[in-house]
Amino acid sequence: MSKSTVGGDQVTPTYLIRGARVVGGGPTDLLVAGGVVTRVGSGLDARGATVVDADGLVALPGLVDLHTHLREPGREDAETVESGSRAAALGGYTAVCAMANTSPVADTAGVVEQVWRLGREAGLVDVQPIGAVTVGLAGERLAELGAMADSAARVRIFSDDGHCVADPRLMRRALEYVKAFDGVIAQHAEEPRLTEGAQMHEGEVSTRLGLTGWPAVAEEAIIARDVLLAEHVGSRLHVCHLSTAGSVEVLRHAKARGVRVTAEVTPHHLLLTDEIVGGRRELVGPALAGPTSGGAGTVGTGYDPVFKVNPPLRTAADAAALREALIEGIIDVVATDHAPHALEDKECEWAYARPGMLGLETALSVLLSVLGERWDLIAERMSRTPARIAGLVEHGRDPAPGVPANLTLVDPAARRTVDPGEMASRSRNTPYAGMTLPGRIVATFLAGEPTVLDGKAVR
Amino acid sequence: MLKHLLSGADLDAATATLILDTAGEMARLAGREVKKLPALRGRTVVNLFYEDSTRTRISFEAAAKRLSADVINFSAKGSSVSKGESLKDTALTLQAMGADAVVIRHPASGAPHTLANWIDGSVLNAGDGTHEHPTQALLDAYTMRSRLGRVAGLSVAVVGDVLHSRVARSNVLLLATLGAKVTLVGPPTLIPVDIGTALAPGTEVSYDLDAVLPTADVVMMLRVQRERMADSYFPSAREYARRYGLDGPRMRRLPDHAIVMHPGPMNRGMEIAPEVADSSRSTIVEQVTNGVSVRMAVLYLLLGGMDR
Repeated sequence: MSKSTVGGDQVTPTYLIRGARVVGGGPTDLLVAGGVVTRVGSGLDARGATVVDADGLVALPGLVDLHTHLREPGREDAETVESGSRAAALGGYTAVCAMANTSPVADTAGVVEQVWRLGREAGLVDVQPIGAVTVGLAGERLAELGAMADSAARVRIFSDDGHCVADPRLMRRALEYVKAFDGVIAQHAEEPRLTEGAQMHEGEVSTRLGLTGWPAVAEEAIIARDVLLAEHVGSRLHVCHLSTAGSVEVLRHAKARGVRVTAEVTPHHLLLTDEIVGGRRELVGPALAGPTSGGAGTVGTGYDPVFKVNPPLRTAADAAALREALIEGIIDVVATDHAPHALEDKECEWAYARPGMLGLETALSVLLSVLGERWDLIAERMSRTPARIAGLVEHGRDPAPGVPANLTLVDPAARRTVDPGEMASRSRNTPYAGMTLPGRIVATFLAGEPTVLDGKAVR
Repeated sequence: MLKHLLSGADLDAATATLILDTAGEMARLAGREVKKLPALRGRTVVNLFYEDSTRTRISFEAAAKRLSADVINFSAKGSSVSKGESLKDTALTLQAMGADAVVIRHPASGAPHTLANWIDGSVLNAGDGTHEHPTQALLDAYTMRSRLGRVAGLSVAVVGDVLHSRVARSNVLLLATLGAKVTLVGPPTLIPVDIGTALAPGTEVSYDLDAVLPTADVVMMLRVQRERMADSYFPSAREYARRYGLDGPRMRRLPDHAIVMHPGPMNRGMEIAPEVADSSRSTIVEQVTNGVSVRMAVLYLLLGGMDR
């Protein structure tokens, strides 16, 4: 990938990032060469270096997404590893974990190596494949987890995402088995019998709209079971896209008992609520009043499948609880659940639409909208902790001499109105169309090379 | 006037009353030898039915024809839809044919709302999934008004499978708008969550039919599908009929003036006993007649018949 730095500092190309604000500090210069940050300080010598003016910008460790659907192989019309990688880079990401529900499913060493290789060829982010827990995501027998772990893709996270590993005995075995290679099971927590035919969050809005409800208890019951299983066998558990206030309480309890559990929340569950399915966007908490516009109001005739997602958008009370839990650390990371879908899979009746929404290119802006400019918290939840959970040692590290130069430069003063037509993703299913959100990614560096400059992908 | 009729919530009291009054005019017309009005001559009404529903389709067809509209029946079976055509492409086709109104029946909740994004004509929701059926609510209100003289202040018990009922949702919305008090009655498994506040504040819920009957002016029985017991909503058809079916002894607990309604088709012996269905309290046949008048009124008003 990058050239060796052994033998001194005569390595090209060299970048001087001038005047960036680093987390927990003031403006400083960052010299990047040979894939790493070589010097940090003020007034660094720019000789031989390409200067990147970062006046007014914040330098974050490159963002890391634990939950990305890249759709390749199988649905290259919706997204490819390359187009998804470009979307990720533009969103400030330097690493993404690619979910296993492709076609064919990433349940063998061959498929995960294919995805891993496509990621390297695209070269815009580090693509870390996630392996399926069960063969074909069918929930019946374990996939060859060890073979995927030992493959070139070095898989450490396993998930049947899109499906819950519902069989308790199979879940126990999976949790136990991956201990041999320090793996982690990322569970899509959804009790399947409680969500048969479910279309949206079960509550007042589902009753009004006549859509079959997806009750919060279907998520909470599985998380409760799984934290007990993880405790029983002493394994690591990661909970995907936590969406309810009740799940936060289960997690709080488990963490207090010392269970090795981590959890993620998506940007959309922090910002949007089930009211939007009925055509009404509501404000959640005070954070939205400021930097975000297009917050409250009427959105079309209702039943717009762009807002269909699994788990579904919940209530304002749930969103508020998720925000508090994210700040407090009960929820460890923000993950996008970036789920591109072809137009025909969204331009149809609500019940027939596929669930999922784009996330990579808007995640940081949504988090700025939700949390404000709490940079250390953002770095922790969107870079350092997800990198640690995924075992990506080159990522999630603040710029310092010798550290791999995986960085993103953010302009916090910028505002942008989300235009689905301008997305780098092959799909257009962003739920934020027309909303004005704070912040813009100006540049992203992957292993010392820019993938984004002046807000544009380099290729 | 409205562009579309998608939900009972689209109607304020003044608009709903105008429709009911207009339906009264239409009903008088039905008593004449020549039942036709020229109001919608040259206008095209499409019946777009993705579900079999002979009674609703015929009712809309009769209504449109009595207003002299051209009627096109488009049923999903044996059409381009069964060849996999999307709702959007069907909508664009109807748009290209110049449909002035599309009457849609669809198994997916919200399909009429989605359709309304793609066509310029009026969309009439003739029943969408487990969501709404607003013209049924209008004809029910019309029937109450013609039997009892008013809607405001009536106590209406809606009994049965409220969870899956589009009739119930539209009725709760419209009856609240018109000032009636609605009590939803059924086993807890068939009462949707938060129904007391989801549609109209003040909607009441009871699990005890016998307690509700003595003060009801109207009892509206909903169709209950026997298949629901396979999903454990209730243990058996017999137990359902015992606890929530309207039989002769229960009917006699109603006040003398109270009426019994059913949107049809009925399951005789399940939610309603034959003795009740065929009694003088029953408005079931009138509802069908009134359906045509109400749908005439809706088509007339939505398509701007008044201005012509």
